[in-house]
Formats: sequence, C-alpha cells, structure tokens
Amino acid sequence: MKIFNYRFIIFALSIVFGIFFSIPSLMQTDTGKKISLGLDLQGGLHMLLGVNTHEAVTAKIKSIASSIKYFADDEEILIDALSINEDSVTFTVLDVDEMPKMDEMLNTSITGLEVNKNDQDYILTLTAEDIEKTKDFAVSQVVETIRNRLDQFGLSEPSVTRQGDTDIVVQLPGIKTAEDEKAARELISKPANLELMAVDEERADQVYTMTASQAAQYGNIILEDTNDASTKYLVKEIPILNGSQIIDAQVAFDQANQPIINFTLNSSGARIFGDFTAKSVGKRLAVVLDGKVYSAPNIRERIGGGSGQISGGFTVAEAGNVAIALRSGALPASVKLLEKRSVGPSLGADSIKASMIALISGFVLVFIFMIIYYKRAGIIANIALVTNIFIIIAVMAMFGATLTLPGMAGIVLTVGMAVDANVIISERIRELLREGMSIPKAIEDGYSNAMRAILDANITTLLVAVILYAYGTGPIKGFAVTISIGILASMLTAILGTHGIYEALLPKIMQSKDKKKWFGVK
Amino acid sequence: MEFFKIDKVFDFMSKRLPFLGLSGLLVIASIVLLFTKGLNFGIDFAGGTVVQVQYEQKAPIEKIRNTLEGTKYENSTITEFGSPQEVVIRIKGSSSNLANDIGDEMHKLLDSTGNFEVRRVDMVGPKVGGELREKGLMALGLSLVVILIYVSFRFEWRFAVASILALAHDVTIALGAISLFNIEVNLDILAAILTILGYSLNDTIIVFDRIREGVQISKESILDKVVNESVSKTLSRTTLTSLTTFFVVITLFLFGGEIIHGFAFTMLVGIVVGTYSSIFIAASFLVQLKFSIANFKAKEAEKLKRQKEKEKMRAMYEQGTV
Repeated sequence: MKIFNYRFIIFALSIVFGIFFSIPSLMQTDTGKKISLGLDLQGGLHMLLGVNTHEAVTAKIKSIASSIKYFADDEEILIDALSINEDSVTFTVLDVDEMPKMDEMLNTSITGLEVNKNDQDYILTLTAEDIEKTKDFAVSQVVETIRNRLDQFGLSEPSVTRQGDTDIVVQLPGIKTAEDEKAARELISKPANLELMAVDEERADQVYTMTASQAAQYGNIILEDTNDASTKYLVKEIPILNGSQIIDAQVAFDQANQPIINFTLNSSGARIFGDFTAKSVGKRLAVVLDGKVYSAPNIRERIGGGSGQISGGFTVAEAGNVAIALRSGALPASVKLLEKRSVGPSLGADSIKASMIALISGFVLVFIFMIIYYKRAGIIANIALVTNIFIIIAVMAMFGATLTLPGMAGIVLTVGMAVDANVIISERIRELLREGMSIPKAIEDGYSNAMRAILDANITTLLVAVILYAYGTGPIKGFAVTISIGILASMLTAILGTHGIYEALLPKIMQSKDKKKWFGVK
Repeated sequence: MEFFKIDKVFDFMSKRLPFLGLSGLLVIASIVLLFTKGLNFGIDFAGGTVVQVQYEQKAPIEKIRNTLEGTKYENSTITEFGSPQEVVIRIKGSSSNLANDIGDEMHKLLDSTGNFEVRRVDMVGPKVGGELREKGLMALGLSLVVILIYVSFRFEWRFAVASILALAHDVTIALGAISLFNIEVNLDILAAILTILGYSLNDTIIVFDRIREGVQISKESILDKVVNESVSKTLSRTTLTSLTTFFVVITLFLFGGEIIHGFAFTMLVGIVVGTYSSIFIAASFLVQLKFSIANFKAKEAEKLKRQKEKEKMRAMYEQGTV
C-alpha cells in the first residue's frame, strides 16, 4: 500500500472533515454548528413586507409645518396660508420686517430643505436627496421596531432583514397555530402611535353635528371611541405629546381587575405633560392610540412624575401586545403584506420524510448499480459519493446555510451528477486498458484525459448556479447553494479522492491475478 | 459489465437530418403549445393565494365548495392534493392587510366542514409575482449569455452556438411538456428548468470535449467521422450518467410527495430530452454550422506557437540574455 501520496492524504482529511462537521447536523447534538432547516421544512412563517415610505415623507413635512407654526407663535410672527403638499410646505409671512427672523430659523434649525421665496410667500421643498434619506431611514427604523417587538413576543429566533430599498423579510420559525400567527402579524403591523390630545371643551357638544372640514377650521379633528364608534370626540389637531416620548409601558390592573397599560414618559415629555395638566384642570385629556380614543379622563390636578395610563377594555393578551408595541416605539410608516408563506410543522416533517426516502432510495440504486457495472472501481466511486454527501452537509453547517426543500432536491441531484465524474474517469481508464495500456499508465492518462471535460462541464454548471444565486429568492438561492457546494465537493472527491485511492492501492492491484477486473473489464 | 463496445462506431451523422427533423417537429409543437395553451402560472408568478388543508377524514370537497358559494371566494378552485384527505384551495386574489389575511378568513369559513388543519398558506402579491417572473427570465437569459461566453472562450464560437441551440432545444421541449401536462409553473419549476440547463450543458460539453480532442489528435479530416467516433466513445458515459440521474429523479418523482411532483416531472423530461439531444442533436449543429477541422487545427497550432514563443521570451528574460 502506497498510502502517503498527497491526493490520498487530502482525501482522507476531507473525509475526516466531512464526518466531523456533519455530526452535529446528523445527530442533532446540542453543540456545534448545524444546518438550519428552512421554513418550508421546519414550519413557520415567512413574510415579505413593503414599507409605505411616502408616509414617512408626509410625516416629515407635517412636522416641519408644525415646527414653523410653533416658532411663529412663539416669536409672534404673523403667518398666513400655512399649508402642506406632497413634498412641500407653503406659507406667507405677513410682515416684511419679520422675514429675516424666519429666514434664520429656517437656515439653522431645519435641514434638508430648499427654501424658495416669492415676495413674502415661502415655498419649502424637501430636496430629492433628503426624501431618499427620509425613506431610507424610515425603512431601517421599521426593521428595528419590528425586531424589537418580535424579540419581546417570545418567539425563538425571529429574523427581520431588509431587502432592497423598501422591502423587509420577516421569518418566524416555530409558529405553530393560526392564532399565534395572527397575533404575530397584528403585533408587526400595529402602528402603535400613541398621542395625548386635548379635547376642545368649548365646542365639544357640537361634535355630532360637525363635519371634518368644519372641525379643521378650528384646528380640530374628530376621533371615534375605540369600543363604540358612535361616541365621538373633538380634539385639537396638534397633539400635546406623542409616543416618541414614551420610555416604558407595562400591563397593570385597575381596581375592577381590568387590564390597563401604565406608561412612563421621558423628562421632556414629563415636563410638557406636567405643564399642560397644570393649566388644564377640569378639562379632558384624550388618550389616542392609532387614531382611536381609548379614554378621555377629566384632569383633576397637575400630573407630575411623567406617568399615565391607558384603559379601554383590553383583554390581557391585547394589553400585553399593545404594551410591547408602545415600548418598541411607533412604526414611522405603515407596512403592507407583499408575500406570505406559512407552513405548518406537520407539513414540514412530511416534506423532510419524503425527501429522505427519495434521497436514500436514489442513493442505494446508484450505489448498487455502480458496483455491478464497475466492480471494484464502482466501490471506490461509491466511497467518493458518500464522502461527497458528508462534505456537503459539513460545509453547509459551517456556513450556517439553510436547507430548503429545493435544496434537498439539489442534494438528490448532486448524487446523480457526482457519479458523472467517476463514470467519465472510469470509462476513460477502461478505454485505455482496452488499447492495451498498462494499469498505472491507464490510470494516470485516464485522469488527465478526463480532467478537461470534467472541469469544463463543472465550471459551466457552477456559473449557472452562481447566476441562480444572484437572481433567485429564498428557496431557489438554497438550491443554488447546495448545487454549488455539491459540484465543488464532487470535484474534490472524484478527481482527487478516487485518484488518491488508486495510487494507494496500486501495488495491490498489480499483485492481483485478474487486474482488469478491478475496472469491470474482462 | 459493459453496455457498449468501445470500438463500435455508430454512424449518427448520416442520420442527422431525420433526427433534426424530429427535433424540429418537437420544438415547433412545443412552441405552438406554449402560444395556444400557454403555461399554467402558479401563484409565485401570477400572484394569488393557496391554502392547503388536511382533514382528519376524506376531504369533503363538495361541502367546501358549497360553503364558499356566495362568499367572495366562490371562484376559487378546490382540488385534491396528494391524498384524499388533503385539498388545495387556489384563490385568485391576495390581501395586503397584515392583520387580517385570506388564510384567517378561510380558517373561519371552513370551520363547519369538519376537523382540519391548515398546513400551508402561500400568498404572493401581484408586485412580487411580477418581480419573480422578471428575475426568472433574467436568470435564464444571463445563464445563456455566460455559457455562450465561456464555451466560446474554451472551445470555439461554433461550439458555443451549437451548445446554446441544443440548450434552447431542450428547454423548449421541457416547457412544451409542462404546458401539455398542465404543470403549475412556480419557483421550483424554474429551478428545475435551470437545472436541466446545467445538466444538459454538462452532457453536451463532455461530448464536445471529445470532439475537440478528436479533431486535435486524429488524422481524420472529415468532421462527420470525427463526430461519429467521439459521440460513440462517450455513448457509454452519457447513458450511464443519465441512468443514474434518472434513478435519483424517478425516486424523487415517486416518493417525493405532491409538493415536489412538478419539479421531479420537469427534471425527468429534461433528463430524457437532454440525453437525446447530446447524442443526436448537439453535434449535428456543429456539422450544420460548417465547423472546419483544418481551420481549427491551424488556429490551435497558432495558439500553441504563440504560447511557445512567450515561454521562450520568458526563459530569455530569466536568463538575462536579451
């Protein structure tokens, strides 16, 4: 035996590598890197969400408008015709002398604006660059917010990743029931936009006769009660506080043992809240969540300390989810469902079982066939084949690749194709033996003759797999990965590995009586 | 064991016109099918919703149909899926509302039809469907371009054109079969088509490699004969590999379950057509394209000469004798 040839050593090492690193995946041990199963195999929920990024732009425009109004009120600058369009704010400064003050504010405190003036008329437009930035920021913020919410929801390994400019991929393995799935979807989609708004007590009794546009004339809006749509409130359009000033929210229970949510404000929120409640004793404060009024209690005294509560007939589970959403912050823009794939755990298990049956039976067929057709050369090819599978599993586990159903099909296919290189080589060797070449020379030349064809064929397939990876999504990507790893592994095992075995066994082959039988040739 | 005696050379090229004719017919039939019957695009490409439901007993298809009657889902199709217990409900629309989607509603609607488990809900919105379709075509097109470039570089442009024609032949016929048997075209079918592409290319390249080798070493100057010899020599390998792959895919087809059925079927067709084309068709294109042995030899000699000169120059530089 001539074991110490470099090919055999590399092959032996790759066998050890393959077996060692595939043990965690095959045995499902607790330690070590394992192949993760795709959602189609283990069950779970996969969603592609689209962020309505224009909403973030609108919100930014609104906040610019309200800070201009705040500034003008504060500095007693008279402005008129303040209005907002898609990506611009327009207004008129009534007194020419006040214009320098306004200009300075616009230049110093608001960024990303293009200011155009026409006499006393101001047109503020968001620059294209700033619009892009706002959209981009909104998407990352949505990703962050959803991730926070899911982390607190108590699911194992939720994954939230951005895809492209406006899309987000959410993967929730381990969702078992339709109810869980629904709850998770609701949690993700909840805007969780909390606002504390002042009720316009002067006109409150006219709320049932007023139209929305009439309300707008007084700077008010009409909101419905969350439990009873016929109860309406007239509140001031510009909120006193919003959810961005919340630092904590927890579920608690009131005297009637009904779940309520206690929230805590940050210091600036607490100050504003304290000031407002001090000067509004006797008036009502509407607690508004996502545009619905949850409660509108009377303010009895100044509320210091910066905490408040939302009550409004929640169930305990609902209150818990609302609290999570409040803690994680509001979504800066709403999301819509673009694609959803949910697989029940039993279906995933069935899929694994079916593809295992296919894999094993296909494998056994190929195995037997190779031995019958090529005799001992067939056994050697089969060793390479088995090693090939171990290497695929090991490499996938090392890179933390995900095994999907098409990926399984990819492995099955690789088994079929991996014998190809062995077949090409064995055929070449047979050919040379028939021409009367000696065995060592036939092996050497057989490999070098076969090499060019195997390389060209595998490289082209690999190129196709790379393109598939670049342009595929989800499961297709998984398929491309397994095929690529399979091709590389088969080049290692078939070209290098079997060659190494032949070299190691050469002395033995030469000693045997019927040398050609090794290759199934008479 | 041996299937083919190596010294036997089959005269494929003298029969190339009948085979090309047969292929031509198949390709035309496939194209006609694709334009008249068309492809049955599944939700991955067309958008829509699929709900897979497994009942504890035989699925009450009539009852489900009656239940959905009068709701907005009355146009959905209900078919058995794999076993009598399981059904798949295909709904045209999709809902972009996260909090309340079609799956939830179906769950509620079907409540009265018996004990069941919703095993799968797939929803693909129209925008995503369009994107997936676009990307799929893009992947297919790009693959062909890359193959064209690589084969031109490694062989010669006629080899590249011939292999692309052979690929187009295989893919068209596979698509024709998909259309004929009304297989639902989803992402996995696209994966199968792309695999066929890689597989059939594999086969073709190995035959072409033999032809390239034959052209270089044999004294034969008639292309037909070189091709016959090369194809005959690779015949054993081509059929063997196809057989082993066929084994694997047929087990996938038989035991892989309903969900992988379309994939396995497409692969089966692809393997059969791919094997046929790399034996009978691919090399014929080479002959039809008037590949010239003399020119190729001259070019290869030129290449060799240039390389030798380069080596000579390098050797001279290294010895410092320039």
